[in-house]
Amino acid sequence: MTREKKLYLSAKGVTKIFGLGRQKTLAVDNVDIDLYEGEVVSIVGESGSGKTTLSKILLGLISQTEGEIFFQGVKRDINSHAKKREYWKNIQAIFQDPFSSYNIFNKIDTVLLDCINMRGGRYFPREKKIEMMTEACSFVNLKFEELTNKYPFELSGGQMQRLMIARIFLLQPKILLADEPTSMIDACSRATILDELMHLRKEIGMTIIFITHDIGLAYYVSDKVYIMEKGRFVESGSADEVILTPRHDYTKRLLSDVPKIHEEWDLSTV
Amino acid sequence: MTTTMLEVNELSTKYITRFREDVYAVDKVSLKVEEGKSLGIAGESGCGKSTLALSLMGYYFPPLHYTSGDIIINGKNISGLNPDHVRKTILGKEIAYIPQAAMNALNPTRKIIHFIEDVILEHEMYVNKKDIYERAKKLFETLGLPPEVLQRYPVELSGGMKQRTVIAISVLLLPKVLIADEPSSALDVTSQKMVIKMLKHLMEAGFISSMIFITHELPLLYNVVDDIMVMYAGQIVEKGTSHEMVFDPIHPYSKGLMGSIIVPEEGLRDVKLTAIPGVPPNLKKPPAGCRFAERCKFVRPECRVISVPYREAGNGRVYRCIIPEAELREAYSREERTK
Amino acid sequence: MKHTLQQIFRSPNFVVGFSIFAVIILTVLIYPMLIPDPPLKIIAQGTFFEPGIYVNTYDTFSAPAYTLKLEGADSKRIASKLNDEDRLAMQKWLVGFGIPENEIDIQNTEALLDLWNTNFDPSKRFQGMTNADRNYYIRLNNSVQGLLSTAPAIIAATDETTGGLVETDRVQQSDYINVSQVSNVRILPLGTDNFGRDVLTELVAATRVSLMIGFVAGFVATLIGLVLGLVSGYVGGWVDDGIMFITNIFTVIPSFVLLILISFSIGQDKRGAFTIATVIGFTSWVWTARAVRSQVISLRNRDHVNLSKLSGHSIFYIIVNDILPYIASYVVMAFILQISSGILAEAGLSILGLGPRTTEVPTLGLMMNWAMIYQAHILGKWWAYFPVIITIALIAFSMNLMNTGMDQVFNPALRD
Ligand SMILES: Nc1ncnc2c1ncn2[C@@H]1O[C@H](COP(=O)(O)OP(=O)(O)O)[C@@H](O)[C@H]1O
Ligand SMILES: Nc1ncnc2c1ncn2[C@@H]1O[C@H](COP(=O)(O)OP(=O)(O)O)[C@@H](O)[C@H]1O
Ligand code: SF4
Ligand SMILES: [Mg+2]
Ligand SMILES: [Mg+2]
Repeated sequence: MTREKKLYLSAKGVTKIFGLGRQKTLAVDNVDIDLYEGEVVSIVGESGSGKTTLSKILLGLISQTEGEIFFQGVKRDINSHAKKREYWKNIQAIFQDPFSSYNIFNKIDTVLLDCINMRGGRYFPREKKIEMMTEACSFVNLKFEELTNKYPFELSGGQMQRLMIARIFLLQPKILLADEPTSMIDACSRATILDELMHLRKEIGMTIIFITHDIGLAYYVSDKVYIMEKGRFVESGSADEVILTPRHDYTKRLLSDVPKIHEEWDLSTV
Repeated sequence: MTTTMLEVNELSTKYITRFREDVYAVDKVSLKVEEGKSLGIAGESGCGKSTLALSLMGYYFPPLHYTSGDIIINGKNISGLNPDHVRKTILGKEIAYIPQAAMNALNPTRKIIHFIEDVILEHEMYVNKKDIYERAKKLFETLGLPPEVLQRYPVELSGGMKQRTVIAISVLLLPKVLIADEPSSALDVTSQKMVIKMLKHLMEAGFISSMIFITHELPLLYNVVDDIMVMYAGQIVEKGTSHEMVFDPIHPYSKGLMGSIIVPEEGLRDVKLTAIPGVPPNLKKPPAGCRFAERCKFVRPECRVISVPYREAGNGRVYRCIIPEAELREAYSREERTK
Repeated sequence: MKHTLQQIFRSPNFVVGFSIFAVIILTVLIYPMLIPDPPLKIIAQGTFFEPGIYVNTYDTFSAPAYTLKLEGADSKRIASKLNDEDRLAMQKWLVGFGIPENEIDIQNTEALLDLWNTNFDPSKRFQGMTNADRNYYIRLNNSVQGLLSTAPAIIAATDETTGGLVETDRVQQSDYINVSQVSNVRILPLGTDNFGRDVLTELVAATRVSLMIGFVAGFVATLIGLVLGLVSGYVGGWVDDGIMFITNIFTVIPSFVLLILISFSIGQDKRGAFTIATVIGFTSWVWTARAVRSQVISLRNRDHVNLSKLSGHSIFYIIVNDILPYIASYVVMAFILQISSGILAEAGLSILGLGPRTTEVPTLGLMMNWAMIYQAHILGKWWAYFPVIITIALIAFSMNLMNTGMDQVFNPALRD
């Protein structure tokens, strides 16, 4: 008998419309989602399907046009800077493009120190801070001694994304929104990043919302999969269920369009 | 009896940066592409795939410089030729190249037909625009592209359509060899599939005789090409048929690469992905000996000193490691068991 | 940072622009040390003295005389004194006398004098020659003979006791003095203006003041534009709407018209150079504000800004640390352009007579204004306005060159 899992974050009827009049875009259309403690949930869809918009709404970076967000069972309230700060101690993100995720004028140390400060470590002695940063870097197989005083753009894309994971390691949030964290990275670094992400999840027991356009990746990392098309969830369920026995045509198409290695890739369908 | 469309022997090239530093991006690369065959080049970003593509077309414009080696395209040795001459006589006709992100480099103020006029007028003097239009229209129809695209501006086209248009333009002069450098990396899976379908069609319908396909996406490569060549830090570490390379890699680096493949297929969730620790070496000061030594778990002291030879593994298969094939396989199966 | 500077100084455009600008600045700084005259001091009695070297005549008498026998010195002297009118009259007489016109070259002084001396006869009368004409020719002949005389000039002074003239010195035609032994010599490389001021000294001072006006105007404009652009772009919402409303009003009214109206309403007496500079700044921030705003809007959705928010930073921190550095290079470029357009705006205002009041300092615009009022351009006194135009052009040119040079470095689209 499994213990009843705690509901962390849920969205009810979330809708987002950008622009006005004829330029109106319905980016997210009446979406419901429930996230339980310790789950890895994937949201899969082609580009433009509204994944990033939904994740920004969940993060509280943009506001929804309609619908409610509940955090740990109560309606989310982030109407002041202090409340936002508090909320962001619980929910953090890794973005798609590592090259635009960093302020190019800040050194790597600044990125990590910001996290220590946020967790209340502003007045820790210097040695303690360095020790924490070193630990975080070594968690993602980076050497802090080699990174200190460097700028993020001196790293490769894969290393930058791993530094992002080190950042999450320091912040220890309850929920992580990973918005296509490996789509700009080449295939070999992808495995490293996924490994480290899953390791971190075990380490601090967090819930991960994994956003991707790669259905294979979703299958590999997640417990639950939501398929998103044009702002709506068209299919959801456990990863095995959705990927191995897809029901919706869109899911079937996504699956058939991905090249595979054991099955024939049927080119005649496009 | 097959004809060799492209043969490259021990080609080395380098970049000379503005700060007068040499970047040894391609080091003693040899390869051969037969008529009707396609070759895939895989490897981490920065390992010199794009540079190899430019180098084997003789496209030596600064900062890229030719160092040594031979390039024979369709029987013509073009090594050492003036790059301007190469551009006029070889590129587009014998060998065509679709650069990475080519579709985003189209001048947004010109219509597609204008790019086509440029290409044709550069090589043929006495044609009028009407003939060009007819020719382009016919080509587009054969390739399954709507001819209306010709009158559109690049921004009016979707990413997938733009990429397919770029490919159509690059085969206008019916080149023997087409090099596609990550043609589908920025596209959705559906557009990617259309691009691949078009490339395959080009081969089957005889628009091109051979193709070189560059990508770091291994499942894609596996489905597109006949042979795969894995590059690491400017060198070739292993070459073989795509089936062999994906299911039975020999070189420790290829083994690592193939272990990172993710596809939505049953059983995949239980496979442990292999991650290769560390980063590729700086190509300004490439290490002596095996360039993979820093990250290799089978490294031996001599790996770092001796120049590692290529070994044959039958059936045209080569790999570059001081450890013999049998021993490597043994090590792999031992790992398999301990998991 | 260092790397960027290196790159900027590798751009030929920037280097040329910077060199011109450096020369201008150095001149402005060093010239007053060499010639400390106040720029608006009136030194000449009379208007528009030509550029040249002015030697004190009185001092030349006390300077030691040297005798030099130089070939052609006499004919040069005579040539310079015989004016065109006289030459034509001589020609007319000679033609009347019967010498074919094409044999007389009136520009060849020596030949003309030869012909005249051999042929002139005061008693000769031709048809149509009046008495008055005859007298005129006789007078002309006398002065020509006087020119040919080799007698020295005599300098005399009044004797205080007798009241008669006493010869004090004789100046021979072959006497020379060494200019370096004359105690008072003034070089006026650009002559004097309508008020009798040294144009070069004035120009240097005017350049300094104009640069300062440009700098202040540019600073004010950039500061206002930057702050409004940052706030309106980052904060968005009704704040943005409000600021954009003001900006649009300023855009619809051409800034130069606004500038004219404000200057006019301030009144001549209250218009100091700084007031004008500030007014120029206040009317020209619109462009900067719009550009900054659009840059900020594209930056505020970037992930590094989102990440900074997620790290708990305040709006102020984010604007200063995550937005400002990204647009800094752009703002510097805008600032440089604003300086040069500030200088041009001042010039434009002053030409219309709405520039700074005229009593304290010169500006490039005021110099143009004076030159125009006193019709230097009609009178052909080029030195009163042409150097000013060149200076304005050089400043604007050098600033624009620096700007394009920096653009090549900062703007990825133009980078090779
Ligand atoms: N700030 C914005 N303003 C206007 N439209 C937007 C904005 N952000 C996203 N969109 C639109 O919303 C839709 C969904 O975009 P996005 O959430 O980025 O999709 P995804 O992440 O799945 O690629 C797209 O059509 C996009 O053009
Ligand atoms: N223009 C250039 N100048 C100097 N070095 C370059 C230049 N372009 C690429 N390189 C270097 O050459 C190496 C190979 O690059 P590239 O061929 O683009 O790799 P890939 O296509 O495999 O990602 C990299 O280390 C890169 O840093
Ligand atoms: S040569 Fe040595 S270091 Fe290189 S791959 Fe083989 S075992 Fe590893
Ligand atoms: Mg997205
Ligand atoms: Mg490349």
